[in-house]
Amino acid sequence: MLDESFYQKADEIIANHTKEERSLIPIIQDIQAEYRYLPPELLTYVAKEIGITDARAYSVASFYENFSFEPKGKYILKVCDGTACHVRKSTPIMERLRSDLGLEEGRQTTDDMLFTLETVSCLGACGLAPVMMVNDEVHSTMTPDKATELINKIRGEENE
Amino acid sequence: MNRIKSRTDLDVLKKDGQAQIKQKACRLLVCSGTGCVASGSEKVYNKLCELAKNHPEIDVVFSAEEAHEADGECCKGCKGTSGADDKKSVSIKKSGCHGFCEIGPLVRVEPQGLMYTKVTEDDCESIFEKTVLGDEIVHELLYHEGEKEYIGEDDIPFFQGQTRLVLKRCGHIDAEDIHEYIASGGYQSLAKALFDMKPDDIVNEIYESNLRGRGGGGFRAGTKWKQVASQQEKERYVVCNGDEGDPGAFMDCAVMEGIPHQMIEGMLIAAYAVQAHEGYIYVRAEYPLAVKRLKLAITQAESMGLLGDNILGTGFSFHLHINRGAGAFVCGEGSALTASIEGKRGMPRVKPPRTVSQGLFAKPTVLNNVETYANVPMIIENGAHWYRSIGPENSPGTKTFSLSGTIRNTGLIEVPMGTKLGDVIFGIGGGIKNDQEFKAVQLGGPSGGCLTKENLDLSLDFDSLKKTGAIIGSGGMVVMDQHTCMVEVARFFMNFTQRESCGKCVPCREGTTRMLEILQRIVEGKGEPEDLDKLLVLADMVSSTALCGLGKSAPLPVVSTIRAFRDEYMEHIVDKKCRAKVCDKLKTYVIDPQKCKGCSRCAKNCPVNAISGEIKSPFTIDNTKCVRCGVCMDHCSFDAIYID
Repeated sequence: MLDESFYQKADEIIANHTKEERSLIPIIQDIQAEYRYLPPELLTYVAKEIGITDARAYSVASFYENFSFEPKGKYILKVCDGTACHVRKSTPIMERLRSDLGLEEGRQTTDDMLFTLETVSCLGACGLAPVMMVNDEVHSTMTPDKATELINKIRGEENE
Repeated sequence: MNRIKSRTDLDVLKKDGQAQIKQKACRLLVCSGTGCVASGSEKVYNKLCELAKNHPEIDVVFSAEEAHEADGECCKGCKGTSGADDKKSVSIKKSGCHGFCEIGPLVRVEPQGLMYTKVTEDDCESIFEKTVLGDEIVHELLYHEGEKEYIGEDDIPFFQGQTRLVLKRCGHIDAEDIHEYIASGGYQSLAKALFDMKPDDIVNEIYESNLRGRGGGGFRAGTKWKQVASQQEKERYVVCNGDEGDPGAFMDCAVMEGIPHQMIEGMLIAAYAVQAHEGYIYVRAEYPLAVKRLKLAITQAESMGLLGDNILGTGFSFHLHINRGAGAFVCGEGSALTASIEGKRGMPRVKPPRTVSQGLFAKPTVLNNVETYANVPMIIENGAHWYRSIGPENSPGTKTFSLSGTIRNTGLIEVPMGTKLGDVIFGIGGGIKNDQEFKAVQLGGPSGGCLTKENLDLSLDFDSLKKTGAIIGSGGMVVMDQHTCMVEVARFFMNFTQRESCGKCVPCREGTTRMLEILQRIVEGKGEPEDLDKLLVLADMVSSTALCGLGKSAPLPVVSTIRAFRDEYMEHIVDKKCRAKVCDKLKTYVIDPQKCKGCSRCAKNCPVNAISGEIKSPFTIDNTKCVRCGVCMDHCSFDAIYID
């Protein structure tokens, strides 16, 4: 059972949109921006509020890759594996991050909930490939060593 | 901001804006496209602003956003204050992408037209002291090629080979200030359309211009507009496809970030032409900066009366909304995109009915791509005849491409349609990085194909490319050298389309899965001689029976690489070799006896005990045991291990 505050926040978000089917995606995007994931209870709540069935809301939320029903880390690392980045060797960066963070395929978030590691198909900075994104910030011409450095820097800041 | 109530108001604002810009003794335009921001241009911008604030003897104007935050009202530009006359007047602005991302962060200095490259925070002081205060050039920040120094953008070979029409303003105006767009002649085409033309005239002009959709299909935009305009149903929509999902393409991203108003103006003209009153822009969620700039642009346009009700006092109204994508590539397909705006799963549907008759909310809809709309204002301004004079008869106009991969000059370019492929790669692009050999160029992303040395004379236009089996696509051009394995590239694209297949139709869902399995097998060294035939049969089946355009074109990267690089496929299948030394399972690790000191470090770290030898004499790898993990290579201190 979610805390009451979650529903209050959802009400606030819903109030910024119209209560109809077309608002579903923008509303759950806003909820996800708030909590870094989409609590399933809130999806059900939103569906009821905007007048669509649970099943329909779930079918939409599960279709789009950006929605996650599981909590994500504080820092979401998106390693670009678009064509340009792939050709300029993005795979070793991904491998390094996996090993640095102790993650494997199928497990994307570290136990301390600090990092979530994902791939993304093109961030639109192909001129500076390979690139990766930490939350909304793009980092260019990456190497495995630079990726390690970045992780250590974030960890250092968090420990302060 | 003051509302623009008439055409005269707009003209006055244009003249005022031009005068303001002219009056500036110095204008710094810091590139704030995604590329330069990633290289640190925000820091450069902030540093320059900080330096300016410490100099009370100059009067400085910042980018609109900062001014809004600071004053709680409009920027100095809109208030019309130009500062005291005795002060030196300077503006520091955030511009859109200049295109030459490789040498960013870029700072353009006007009126001198200087182009400073790879600017860091530490360089700001000298830019400020020398150029802003002292009118001197900081030579070390200029672009150099060999011994030669290039002062401005126009002299640099990368820019010289281009014809910038769509991107003319990109990098030259503040991306976040509507006043600069208006000063550069922006929204004049809208005024011309509203006051001098009837909706039908506009549709005809666009039809006559033969503007073809820049999103990939190359469908004639005027035909779509004509069909929408002729529908019985009066509730109509104008939608912009900014879901640039092709990995390796960022042209639309640059337009949305750098010249958002130009695209919005194009949409407004389309709306008036087909008498639509509501529009949507669908942007990828991976482009947060584009979303931010578009939102800002819409707010500014609304408050100035260029969007919303009674536009320019004509009674015409048009409301524009932004929808963010949620990470589904298939939403780049028209019917999937409209479904997504409606709040549904983004899955394509069977056509007809076409989008022009039953698109968004089942109403007639004009759906065009970002770059297509960005072309519209200049066609209205200069006429269809002028537009057709650029490029070949059947593909007029220019096309933007994003150059990336292993090419010397990466970035965003614009050339007339019909330019030779070789001129782009070896002229503008400067050839292959590190003097490597050109192997192939991939055009059109997961829906496109590879072109090789034989195609360097090919003219880049819709029809010529189609004949080769590649497509112009949205314009992503990824260059590859001999260190790229073409089989792996095919696997990479198939992996992408398989993952992104929405699963609605069987040919795409199952066909791409089976094709991926075969390709996976080949790169792992388990390929069988009949695999190529199987791939081609599956490719033909998927192409002819998939539901949507994306499914139909999904096999193209495989078919085109088999056609051009059959030998390389056969080496993987028969000889179990990867000549580019990319495929892990096909690598053979060898210890160079000349370099090996016999330290045994490799043997100690080998997870399968495949390395043996006597201390202080060269070690050897047993290839029957080796699992090709590469750990030995990482641990060798003498560079003695190489891949054969």
